[in-house]
Amino acid sequence: MANKETMTVNMGPQHPSTHGVLRLVIELDGEIIEKVTPHIGYLHRGVEKLSEHRTYHQTIPLTDRLDYLAPMSNNLGYVLAVEKLLGLQIPERAETVRVILAELTRLKSHLVWIACHALDIGAMTVFIYAFREREKIMELYEKISGARMTSNYFRVGGLSSDVYPGFEKDVQEIIDTFPGYIDTYEGLLTKNTIWLQRTIGNGIISAEDAIDAGITGPALRGSGVDWDLRRDNPYTGYEKYSFKVPVGEKCDTFDRYKVRLIEMREAIKIVSQALKNLKPGPILADAPQVVYPSKESTYNSIEGLIHHFKIASEGFPVPEGEVYQGVEAPKGELGYYIVSDGGNKPYRMRVRPPSFVNLSAIEKMAKGAMIADLVAVIGTLDIVLGEIDR
Amino acid sequence: MAENNRAVIKLKERFAADIVEVKEFRGEVTVTVKKENIVEICNFLKTTLAYNLLTDVTAVDYLGQEPRFLVVYNIYSIPNKDRLRVKAQVSESDCSIDTVTKVWSTADWLEREVFDLFGITFNNHPDLRRILMTDDWVGHPLRKDYPLQGPDREPYKGRLS
Repeated sequence: MANKETMTVNMGPQHPSTHGVLRLVIELDGEIIEKVTPHIGYLHRGVEKLSEHRTYHQTIPLTDRLDYLAPMSNNLGYVLAVEKLLGLQIPERAETVRVILAELTRLKSHLVWIACHALDIGAMTVFIYAFREREKIMELYEKISGARMTSNYFRVGGLSSDVYPGFEKDVQEIIDTFPGYIDTYEGLLTKNTIWLQRTIGNGIISAEDAIDAGITGPALRGSGVDWDLRRDNPYTGYEKYSFKVPVGEKCDTFDRYKVRLIEMREAIKIVSQALKNLKPGPILADAPQVVYPSKESTYNSIEGLIHHFKIASEGFPVPEGEVYQGVEAPKGELGYYIVSDGGNKPYRMRVRPPSFVNLSAIEKMAKGAMIADLVAVIGTLDIVLGEIDR
Repeated sequence: MAENNRAVIKLKERFAADIVEVKEFRGEVTVTVKKENIVEICNFLKTTLAYNLLTDVTAVDYLGQEPRFLVVYNIYSIPNKDRLRVKAQVSESDCSIDTVTKVWSTADWLEREVFDLFGITFNNHPDLRRILMTDDWVGHPLRKDYPLQGPDREPYKGRLS
């Protein structure tokens, strides 16, 4: 009679492969995983509660801190939701800059994914290369918004300031150099025997199960579901750009890896189309009750100063109603559901975090796998705890 | 118009007695229903109308109104690429609703979060525990009568006051 007793192992909350403060309680039968129970909430900061006590503009910096690896995508989803509530049209230049930055953010987030995912499985070189390249996007972030990570750059109605002189040149340099970098990562991994053995057949989840579990983004496309919000429910002018939506076949970690790599190449294509599309023009909507006046007017005229003060202190009223705005963030569908009671603060602001829902599928994906493969499953889901715990 | 929405037409045929209100705002259709048949309604939306992805489950607290809570289901149809919002009324005196985990398993964690932060019980939920707050936490932080600074503390008056 074989011994059927299982062993319980605690992984995290302080563990390098859990990508933050995630705790997993694993029940093991030898080395085979019988059950995984995630425990989350260690990073809960109450963003939703806080936003009910802040004006609409004051909530934007809170959204940076959700998925801190892709702050501009969070800003984008939030400002789009508020603009939808207001029924605001934003100028074309602002839309184009938003698309460029959202796609560079995707690139930046996927670089962290490939770096940490590869490092977890034992390929250290990729980690160092990817972080070196990520620095170039961080520098662009810093030049444009003043911060490397918490950008707080988009505003309701447009952008906080126009892009700096030389922005086009910097973006062009990224467009020119990044395909070569991605070739390097592929060269290091795609035919690497260890990488293939660790990823092929790992964390399989069928298309049906993936939809049932609510997985979105590249993890869902890796399971063969051809669905991308940028193409299917376009926002902020994505309908103007042509790009491919990569889809996997075998529903495993390797296919999700391939999907994300193609996505990085497609992101570069979108950026280069958008850069050609970038024409001079206003960066803020023509809605004085909502957007800040120009700095010139704030500093040089009493009307401008009063105007600025009024929006900064009081905010702006938003019509009563409720909207949901989903955007294709690097990790999946990021949604903002805002209920307004007609005041200057959201009555309720709900963030639908992609990582939270994707992580809930881990039980299904890791069951029956070896314990060493669990880090590959966490890596392929591409989670970030700032967004899960909010 | 909301009346021409494909889901609204079918829902009105099938669940006329349960529908409280149909509203359209900024192109988004919201159907408010009574909570008794929520599982049947969700099952119908999923199987007959192909709303196969449960995007989100959350709640809104309308303190001082009756019913106090609305549980909000944001659903999406991948084949038809459209969204629908279903809201179910939950009163404070009977603060519970049936779980939809049998329809979409996504609801598992999302409902746990609503339970944790709003204190709405989901009947027949397989694993209803707190998820973001600690197990021994008292109160439900996203309720409107829960103070921002936490219980038993002086309200924060700003740095300069």
